[in-house]
Parts: sequence; structure tokens; C-alpha cells
Amino acid sequence: MKLRKATLLAAGSALALGVSAGAASAETLTIVSWGGAYTMSQQKAYHEPYMEMNPDVNIVNVDKSANGLAGIRAQVQAGNVTWDIVDMLEGPAMTACAEGIVEPLPADEILAEAPDGTPPSEDFVQLRECFVPSIVYATLFAYNKEAFPSGDYPSTVQDVWNMDAYPGKRGLQKIPAGNMEWALVADGVPMDEVYEVLDTDEGVARAFAKLGELKDEAVWWSEGAQPPQLLADQEVSIATGYNGRFFNAQVMEDQPFELIWHGQYFELDGWVVPKGKLTDRVKDYLNFATDTQRLADQAKYISYGPARASSAELVSTHAEAGIDMKPHMPTSPENFQNPIPKNAEWWADNGDAMAARFNAWLAR
Amino acid sequence: MAQADITQDTGADGRLDKLTTADGTPLKVSIRRAMRRNKLIAFGLTAPLLFFIVFSFLMPIFDMASRSVENHQIPEAMPRTVAVLEGWNGQEVPGEAAFEALALDIQEGQRTRTIGRAATRLNYQEAGMRSLIMGSARRADQLEPPYKQALLEVDDDWGDLDVWRLIKRESGYYTASYYLNAIDLTYSDTGEIVAQPEYRQIYVMLFVRTLWMSALITGLALLLGFPVAHLLATLPARHANLLMILVLLPFWTSLLVRTTTWIVVLQTEGVLNDMMVWLGVISDDGRLQMIYNQIGTIVAMTQILLPFMILPLYSVMKGISPSYMRAAKSLGARPPVAFWRVYVPQTIPGMGAGGILVFILAIGYYITPALVGGQSGQLISNYIAYHMQQSLNWGLAAAIGTILLAGVLLLYATYNRIVGIDNMKLG
Amino acid sequence: MSQDNIVEFNHVQKSYDGETLVVKDLNLHVARGEFLTLLGPSGSGKTTVLMMLAGFEVPTHGEILLNGTPINAVPPHKRGIGMVFQNYALFPHMTVAENLRFPLDVRKISRADAEKKVQRALDMVRLGQFGNRRPGQLSGGQQQRVAVARALVFDPDLVLMDEPLGALDKNLREEMQLEIKHIHEQLGVSVVYVTHDQSEALTMSNRIAVFDDGVIQQLAAPDMLYEEPDNAFVAYFIGENNRLHGIVKQVNGKSCEVELENNGGTVKALPVNVAGEGQRTTLSLRPERVEVNPTNGIDNSFDARVEELIYLGDHIRTRVRVCGNDEFVIKIPNAHGHARINRGDTVKVGWALQDCRALDA
Repeated sequence: MKLRKATLLAAGSALALGVSAGAASAETLTIVSWGGAYTMSQQKAYHEPYMEMNPDVNIVNVDKSANGLAGIRAQVQAGNVTWDIVDMLEGPAMTACAEGIVEPLPADEILAEAPDGTPPSEDFVQLRECFVPSIVYATLFAYNKEAFPSGDYPSTVQDVWNMDAYPGKRGLQKIPAGNMEWALVADGVPMDEVYEVLDTDEGVARAFAKLGELKDEAVWWSEGAQPPQLLADQEVSIATGYNGRFFNAQVMEDQPFELIWHGQYFELDGWVVPKGKLTDRVKDYLNFATDTQRLADQAKYISYGPARASSAELVSTHAEAGIDMKPHMPTSPENFQNPIPKNAEWWADNGDAMAARFNAWLAR
Repeated sequence: MAQADITQDTGADGRLDKLTTADGTPLKVSIRRAMRRNKLIAFGLTAPLLFFIVFSFLMPIFDMASRSVENHQIPEAMPRTVAVLEGWNGQEVPGEAAFEALALDIQEGQRTRTIGRAATRLNYQEAGMRSLIMGSARRADQLEPPYKQALLEVDDDWGDLDVWRLIKRESGYYTASYYLNAIDLTYSDTGEIVAQPEYRQIYVMLFVRTLWMSALITGLALLLGFPVAHLLATLPARHANLLMILVLLPFWTSLLVRTTTWIVVLQTEGVLNDMMVWLGVISDDGRLQMIYNQIGTIVAMTQILLPFMILPLYSVMKGISPSYMRAAKSLGARPPVAFWRVYVPQTIPGMGAGGILVFILAIGYYITPALVGGQSGQLISNYIAYHMQQSLNWGLAAAIGTILLAGVLLLYATYNRIVGIDNMKLG
Repeated sequence: MSQDNIVEFNHVQKSYDGETLVVKDLNLHVARGEFLTLLGPSGSGKTTVLMMLAGFEVPTHGEILLNGTPINAVPPHKRGIGMVFQNYALFPHMTVAENLRFPLDVRKISRADAEKKVQRALDMVRLGQFGNRRPGQLSGGQQQRVAVARALVFDPDLVLMDEPLGALDKNLREEMQLEIKHIHEQLGVSVVYVTHDQSEALTMSNRIAVFDDGVIQQLAAPDMLYEEPDNAFVAYFIGENNRLHGIVKQVNGKSCEVELENNGGTVKALPVNVAGEGQRTTLSLRPERVEVNPTNGIDNSFDARVEELIYLGDHIRTRVRVCGNDEFVIKIPNAHGHARINRGDTVKVGWALQDCRALDA
């Protein structure tokens, strides 16, 4: 045990050295996020205005959210936590919370009320014990219109499985989550019964069997940047991907893509605070960065829906393209007709087992 | 210094130890002193490296290996339950005592936030254990005697015999389950070791695939590297230096660049396919899939590991005098026979060193297979990385890694037994 | 073409770079059963000649005959010539017996016959018990004997040896010289032997070809080479000799008069290789042919001043100043009643006309 502490401590302090080298004099907030366009949107909507209001605070971005849970685990176990705030998905946030490596966040104490006085606990889409959501993002199917010259375009999850009517390869994410739910929907399971079916062994087998129909046509992706590229190169005709990435390709790069909002698989992303880091400064930042206006502001830079009801009306136009962002939000009413909310609880329980089975299924 | 007493030894046989230095110290003592100082200085010089190796290499390996069997989460988070279950026969759902222990453990675990780790740990063995424990933990403050009834009200899965058997099985500080998992075995509900259901078997296949692909890559590297090394060793220095730079060039290029270059060359719309279509070797519809599969992994890794084969071979070949080949020819051997029977056997130390180097590097490689291997080209290391970074099942990653390490050591020992490690020449 | 010659070089030239000739117009015959040594300093072309004979180098011009057949186009492995290399080139991955069996294996000789031949060859070099050792476990002299045995085991008519004793210490070298000589006499094979060590050449050879600058300077039996060198290089290279430079004054048949430079006086000498009267010449005189206090009537007699005496056991090496030359060496045999002289003495020295050869300048 002693040995364990020593090595982890060494690893942790090495990390700390690397991270803290950036700023010396001012108070530093180390915020871990996903990098790329997403971190940029946070920088514009949250970090810059916050630093303007608090000139003594310096915010350092670390692009480590992809390994966020592993990082927090290592740091907490080593007793040397260097991250102040971490952006992560709801599922891992719940796991982290259960393991006691992130702080409970009493929402009504810390967070800002809506402009009309609605308390945070009622205004946010889904608060968790240790997790404050900031955006809703969707994984969904999109297609390249040029891949279907007939003009007959797919519009439902069932259509994706219809190889005769809509030929071409399918770009799918190399994880079980999402794929299994869509497979059941394509197999005729109503969207609100998907997890009931998945709770049985027969249901899981059924999902894999249906997924097997696409296996020969599947191109598996693992990075968010890949699906728009696969569609643009017409390596695939239909691909799953993050709605923000598709929006970018569609609007900013003028690609002939269309999104299939039917069966959009949505998930929450937000903040956790590693153990021992819930300082007044962190509380102050979270209060600011998750208030109604800031969440609405973020939608100017990226097409993810704010996770507060009161922000929806404030969503305006894109900062550069100048187009109205409301039709591109996963949460806008016309897009939100047939969503599949990701059941983070179910995946926390079954994720390992499903991943093992999915990997074995892929490998054979 | 006990020897100091024998300075006046005046043995009649004229033994050497009566010799003294000018100040009267026995010569032996004085020499020993000087030697000890030298040894201390030598040790002092190597100490930093020794310390570095122990601290940054041996300790992490030991740490990793211990993680593959460690199971402290359960006994630490559920001490009462573990104690009660010790005397349980495992034949039927235990009684109130066990439920009381469990309830108290959950209540305390919820307060100290340690119960989650036990939940995560048990969930590796049985999907659903996490929500069973965490669901109960969320309502921990409502649990009151009689606990059995209370817990069954929270979740009737607590009445499942297998849940209790699982907790009892995993209640020790050490567990074999990670290793079982790593070789596609598992415990049945009754606690016997059985094969994983077929749809979850993957690691044995991956170990086998890693071994044969690494062997193939080693073979290809030898096949391609041998002529190059031979050329290097026999060309005049001027040309040999140029060739050497070409061999080393890949070393100076980032691994990612080299790997992505292969993507450009091998992909369906890539250079090689374009050329073959242009030459009419294949039709435009019949473009070959040469990347994102085993071919991609084998081609890219062979190229990347080639210098590790060429360099030891070169250094051995450089030391083989051309007179051996001449001697063989003068003795009547045709050049191919002379080459095969006289030259090649003398390169065995180089082949051994290069082969073992390439093979060991190959079985541990994961960046290249991850980028160009698709599904069929993934190696066992990719799954170690996956369990380290994605699934966060570090115990399983450690178990797979330890098996791999043991395999490498076994291989090394076998090599030593057959060829002899002193017969290996790296340069 | 005589059947008695196993090897003939006819007008053979060799150049590596196309500019300089390493071997110039070589004509050389090796008689069957002969032990012929190619002797010369390094870079003289002797090894190149050997390599052309073995087949590892191709003549730029000319023809090499082996047993009367041209072999210019025959690859080394078809020539059937045994060869002993400078560093033995014993195959380190094979045992001694395997090394010896190698030439027999590639000739597809039956296992049983091969075993017999191997054992016989090992016995010949007195290594009968060492068949299972690796070359690395043998001493230098033993390795050398194995190399010789390997070159002979397949019964070649001709064996080439390329400075085979160069790596051995002096005593061992002398021992091996005799051993090789005896093996040669016993088996009657022809040997072409390359060395730069003149005493080795003198010990072993029937004839010696002295090489310099790509040309055979003299080809003769050892005693002839020593006693009657044809030119200054041979005289200088073989054995010790005193050199005196001067100009030929007069030649009368079997004698000539040479006026030495530095006012060294006039010397009577045997005209061997002089260009004519008035031309420069080098006189060669062996140190042991110089007499101290010579009998009256000797052809040449001079006063010499003793500069240095070195006691060497069997003789006393004496350096004197004579004829304007202070590097003049005399060997005084350590016999009963030999001249007793001291440093600084002035003594009379003299030598016969026949012992003083007037050679090229």
C-alpha cells in the first residue's frame, strides 16, 4: 500500500508540475474540458467574461476530458489534485460521485436562480448529486444528400437499417451505447421501452442480432471529427455523429448534409469538482458559468442545447454565421419529437459488460 | 577492523600478512581499505541510475502486478458483511445477521463515500451490482431493523442467492477474477471456474493473434532486413553511410507521421490502389482493402520495426570477416552453399538479437494498430490501453499486462536456454 | 608447356583502379611438388598474385594455367585449390571436425570416408583428440594446424598459404615453419606460400620469388638469393648487408673497380648488375664475409674505426666506420681465438672481390 501511494504521488506531482507551470502570480483555475471547438465555445461564453470580471483569476484549459474519470481517480488516490473543475458526461460523473472522488454540489446553494426566480433545482434539465449539466448534446444519424441521387432520403432510424432503399456504408461509433438502442428501435421496440428490453438477456441478444445486419456495411469511428469527414468523402452514405459537428460541416463548411432527428440519442454534459476542490472561487465560477445567460451565450458558438429551461428563449444567432441557432438545437421542439434519452444509470451498471461483449462481437 | 591486530604476525613461514606499509598498517588492510573506497565511489556513481530504475521502472511494474490481484475495495468498504459471510454456508440466502451487517456497511459507506468503490468493483463481476448497491445506498438512512425486510423492500435482488455468493467470493483482499477474466474464464453462479459465454470470449483470441502477428512481423522484418544489413556491411563506407541514413531516417520521424503516411499509401483511395488501377492490375471497383485490417498493421509495423532488426544484424555482419566466405569457396562450396552454411550461421547472434527485439516491441505495440489496424488488426495492447483509459478497469488491464510480461520473460528464458543470451549481440 | 608445372602465370597484369598496375607482366611457373614462396614487403603485389591464383581476383590481362588448363574463368570453388588464410578463417560455429568435414561434405564424399579422412588429417597435425572442440577453444598454434589440415583434407594438388604464421609468436612460428615444411615433404603437394618474413621464406622454400613494386625481382633457391642477389633490392631484403655507393671506374671481365662516394677510396668488386663504366652502382657485402685483420693479399683492405660492439652470444656485432660509411657492420664469430677489439680501436678490415657484388644503383 505504501508503495502504491509513493508511485501515484510521483505520477501526480509530475502532472502538477506540467499543469501549474503556466501561471505564477494570479489565482489559477484549472478547467478540464474536451478541447477543440467545444473548449473554444466555453472560452468565449464563460472563461473570458469571467476573467474580465475577476482580473486576478487566470483560467487554464486542459484538454483531458476524454480521460477525465481516470485522471480524477489517479489524482485523488495520490492525494494531489490539480484539476479544479472537470467537464464530463453524466454517466462517468455518477460513477465518480459514487466512488466519492468528486464533491457533492448542492445546486440551490451554489448555482444562480433563473431570471424569473425559478430555483436551479427546477430550472436545470437534470441535476445530479455531484453534477451540474451545462449542455444537452445529441448523437444522431446524418446523411450526405449526394449519396442518394434519387431524392428519396432516409428520415427514421428504421430507414438506416433499410439497405435496399438506402444503400451505402454506415459510419457507426465504436461503442455499444447508442448503437444498441437504435438497433432495438429499428427492430420495432418503442423508444420508451428500449431500456426495459435491454434489461433482459434476450433483449441484449436481440440488439446485437439487429446490429449484426449492419456489421458488414459498418465503418467504425472513434473520434468526433471522423463522421463528417466520412460523409464528405462519401466513404459512407449515413453516419452517426455529434450534432454540433454535423452543424459545423453543414453550416460553416456548406456540406450537403441532413440530420435525422428521429431517434436522436441525447446526453448531458456538465461540471464536476474533484474532491477537496470546492473552494469559494470554484463555487463563484460555477454560479457564473451556469447561469441562464451564459448557457444561452454558449449556443452562439456551438450547436449544443443549453441544459436550463430558462436559457432556451435567450438562444440567438450564431456568432459568425449569423444564422438563427434555435432550429439547430437538439432541444428545440421540432427536433425533440422522438428522442432517446441516454439512460446513464443503466449504462453505469451495464457499460462494462456491454463493452466487453461489444468488443468481442466486433473482434470476431 | 579486526585485522589490525595481526600486524605483528611473525610466522616462521614468512607469511605475507606481516608486510606493512610505511606507517605500520598491515598491507592487506591497507589494500582492502583502498579497494573499499573504490567500490564505494563506483557504487556512488551508479546509485542515481539504480535509484531511477527502481523508482521509475521496478516499482511501477510491481505496483501494476499487484493491482491485478488486489481486491481491497470489498473488505475495506464492507467489513461487517465480509465478517458475517465468513461463517455462511452459501446454500441459501443468509439471515438477518448478514443483512444487518450489510445495511450498516452501506450506511457507513454512504457517509464516507467508500461504498461506490465496492459497487464498481462488484459490477465488474456482475452487471447490475452497482445499481443494486448504490440504489440501496441512496436510501441508506431509511434502513431500519429488521434489515432483511428493509433491504428486500429497497431491492428484491438482495434476495438473490447469487448476489451473496458473489460478495462472499470477492470478500478477500486478493482475487483471481481479473486473471480469469483475462483468459476468458469466469466464475459460475456456484463458484466454479468456467469459460466465459462465447459472445464474451476475446482475450485468448487476442493473445494468440498478438503472438502470431508479432511472429509474422518479426519474420518479415528479418526477410527484408537481412539483405539490407548485408549490403550495409559489405558496401564501401561512402555508400554504406548513405544507406545507413536511409535506414535510420524513419527513427527521426515521428511515429504518428510514419503511421499516417501508410494510411495515405494504403487506403482504398490511396496511392498504391490508384497506381494499381492506373496500371490496370485491378479495376476501380475492385480496389483492395489494405488498411484498417491486419494487412495494415503488419505492413506499418514491419516498416517501423525494421531498423531494430537491421542494426543488430549489421553490427554482427560487420564483424564477420570476408575471409570466411572465401575460405568456404576455396574449400569447394558453391557461393549459395557457402552463404547458407558459413555466413548465415554466423549471423545468428544478430538474428537472435534483432528478432527478440522486434518481437518484444511488436507484442507491446499499440499506437500503430490503433491507427491502421481497424478491427481485425487490433492487438492485446490496444485492449490494455482500452481498459486503462476507457473502461477504467485497471485490475483487468494489469492482469492482461502481467500475463504479457510473463510471456515475454518466458520467451526470453526460452531463448536463453536454446540460443544463450550471451550469444546475442546488439552492437 | 611442361606437364611438370602445376601453375603457370603468362603475362599476367592486375590493376584495381585502371590507373596503376599492382602486378606487372608476371611470368611465373610453379613446378609440381614445389614449395614456392612469394616474398616481398606489403604492397608489393604478392598477395594479389595469390588471390588471382585462388580465384578471388580476376587478372586484368594475361592467363593463369592450372595443370595446363586456363582457369581465368573458373570460379574459386571449382579450382580445387586448398588455402590457408592469414587469420585461419576457421568457421567459428563448427567444431574442428566439422570444419574439416566441410570440404568433404560439399564434395558429397560418403560419411564413412569423410570420417576417415578427417581423422587422418587431424592425426597428421597432431590434433587427433581435438575434433569436438570449437576453434575458439584452441590456442593460436592449434588453430593454425587445423587450418592447414582443413586445406589438405580434400587432397588438393596445390595449397596456397597467405601469411599463415603472421599471428603467432616467434617460437611457435619457427616450430610451425618446420612442421609445415615436413608436411609438404611428406605429402608432396605443391605449395605457394606468401610471406614478408625472409627467414620464414629461407627456412621453408624450394624457390623464392622476391616481389617488389609488382615485379619479381629475383626468383631463385634460398641459398642463391642470399649468396648471389641479382639487384640491390634483393640484397637488401634478404638477410643483412652493407651497402656502399659509388661510381664504376673500370670493368675487366670478372672484376671491376668502384670509386666510393665521400672519398671512401676504391673497391674491387664483382660486376653483377652494373650499367657500365662511369655509372653509379651499389656494392653489397654480407657482414659475415668481412674479415678483421685479414691475411695479406686480400682484394680489399681498409682501416676501420670501431664505433660499437654488441655481444650477441654466437657472434659479436661490430659497427665500424670505414670507407666514409659509419653504418658498416661486421659479424665476428664467437669462436676460439677470434679478434679481440675494443671500441675506439682502429683495425684493419678486408674482404674478397667475389663477396662484394656491384649491383644496380
